[in-house]
Amino acid sequence: MSAQAHIQVQDLRLAYGTREVLHGISFDIRHNEIFGIIGPAQSGKTSLLRCINRTIDFSPEASVSGAITVDGEDVRRTKDLFALRRRIGMVAPLPVGLPLSIYDNVAFAPRCAGMTRKTDLDAIVEQCLRQAALWDEVKDRLSSLGTKLSGGQQQRLTIARALSHQPAILCLDEFSIAIDPVTTMRIEDVIKELRRDMTVILVTNLTQQARRLADRTMFLWNGEIIELDSSDIIFGDQPRDRRTYEYVNGLFG
Amino acid sequence: MTDPSPQPTAQFSFAVRSARRPTLYVLAERSLTALIYACGISAIFFVVGIFLFVFKEAAPVLFSDRFSLSQFLFSEQWYPTSELNKRYGVLAMTAGTFSVTALAMMIAVPFGLGAAIFISEFCGPRLRETLKITIELLAAIPSVVWGFIGLTVMSKLIVQLTGAPVGVNILNGGIILALMSVPIIVSIGEDALKAVPDSFREAGLALGATRWQLVWRVLLPAAKNGLLAAVLLGVGRAVGETMAVLMATGHAVQIPHGILDSVRTLTANIAAELGEAPAGSDHYRVLFLIGILLFTITFVVNLAADMAVRGIRKK
Repeated sequence: MSAQAHIQVQDLRLAYGTREVLHGISFDIRHNEIFGIIGPAQSGKTSLLRCINRTIDFSPEASVSGAITVDGEDVRRTKDLFALRRRIGMVAPLPVGLPLSIYDNVAFAPRCAGMTRKTDLDAIVEQCLRQAALWDEVKDRLSSLGTKLSGGQQQRLTIARALSHQPAILCLDEFSIAIDPVTTMRIEDVIKELRRDMTVILVTNLTQQARRLADRTMFLWNGEIIELDSSDIIFGDQPRDRRTYEYVNGLFG
Repeated sequence: MTDPSPQPTAQFSFAVRSARRPTLYVLAERSLTALIYACGISAIFFVVGIFLFVFKEAAPVLFSDRFSLSQFLFSEQWYPTSELNKRYGVLAMTAGTFSVTALAMMIAVPFGLGAAIFISEFCGPRLRETLKITIELLAAIPSVVWGFIGLTVMSKLIVQLTGAPVGVNILNGGIILALMSVPIIVSIGEDALKAVPDSFREAGLALGATRWQLVWRVLLPAAKNGLLAAVLLGVGRAVGETMAVLMATGHAVQIPHGILDSVRTLTANIAAELGEAPAGSDHYRVLFLIGILLFTITFVVNLAADMAVRGIRKK
């Protein structure tokens, strides 16, 4: 574990057209920590994640300024965008099951990265599905369509898929929206395990989820960082900013 | 329609009746439903009607002693106006139709799908609009104009480039048909690709796929039904096209041995001879029988495609 930050964000500004959604935010994410981001809707949480893996490029009206570095490399000037995206696993709020079989869904990223040996793929598929707590439910029907699974299963499939290219960073964007509480708890256990191998960015609407999982938590509101500190302080009795206390305890928003 | 609910009591019936919508509303709604129902059913009605009409014209010869079905299907001898020995064999023309269609599809499918993928995934918005308008224009060119181009421009080019004795042949007809099918394949294929949700593209790219990997591994599987439909409409156009192939393929009744041979297609044969055949004669009725054969071919193609799509879906 190095002391250097895994992800550094400096003075990041993002505007969609004339509407600025991130007003110059700066923060560091350390190696192998679970970094919680909380905040109400429209506060720029998802946009922030999209800046990190450069999927913001798909919104032609978005303009970004400032710097994001991952492992010291500026993502906005990276030479190999595809390699960058392979280092970052991304789980969207609503599951996007690609119209492929369960197996092919998970094997998609390794195949894109050039892996062809069946035994290697089999191993990865099984390992990722196990990590996402889905293996036991689907091991007998790996060749059926991923889109036929239930919502919660599909979300776990996307988590397995995000793990399949063995990313150094895993971004979870409100992953539990479509999952029942019991499964959510199982995946939370998985996330605790995963932090040994990777850095986890956890965007969540459930403040309690951030409290359970995150080492440090950032409270983002209207595109500005209200407070960033260890979760003990954010969720404790005396965060520095009164708004944090009120938000976390459900007094506004 | 029967009302399954038990008769309301006298006291209750007043309340129920007053809650009803105005009679006019109900009538309007019912008649609209009936109208839409009729629109839907009419498709079946027309298909069956056309088939019956063509069949009625062809039936007398089909069941007569002077005619044998196996000769019709498997003989290449087409001498409908011979004084001594009339022979009605359409094998050469079936071969002509299939060879021209196959060549056209070999050119049009890769070309059309490639263009659809380019327009929907790789080109900028301005170029996209320009291309779409141009391609739609291509679809609007009347088939006789295509035939004209085949007969004059293409024919000379083919003679010059290949040294073939005549320029009107399978190659010519195939290229002309391909050019006619491409706009259909492109516009329907592009619609099918556009119907794939953007979230798929984003998810695929977020997993580190390159644009080609995205097209190959995500978009084509997701849009395969629509793309298959695009190809089949192209095939349908090619099989059914008459005027352009009549002018471009040379109209010679023979089994082709190479793409530089002239052929005659089933459609062209009907178009060319129906005017000359005396109404009610055997010749006239056999031409209708060729119509049924064409009908059957397209039906089988569509059915096969439908089953293929179902097969893909089941998997």
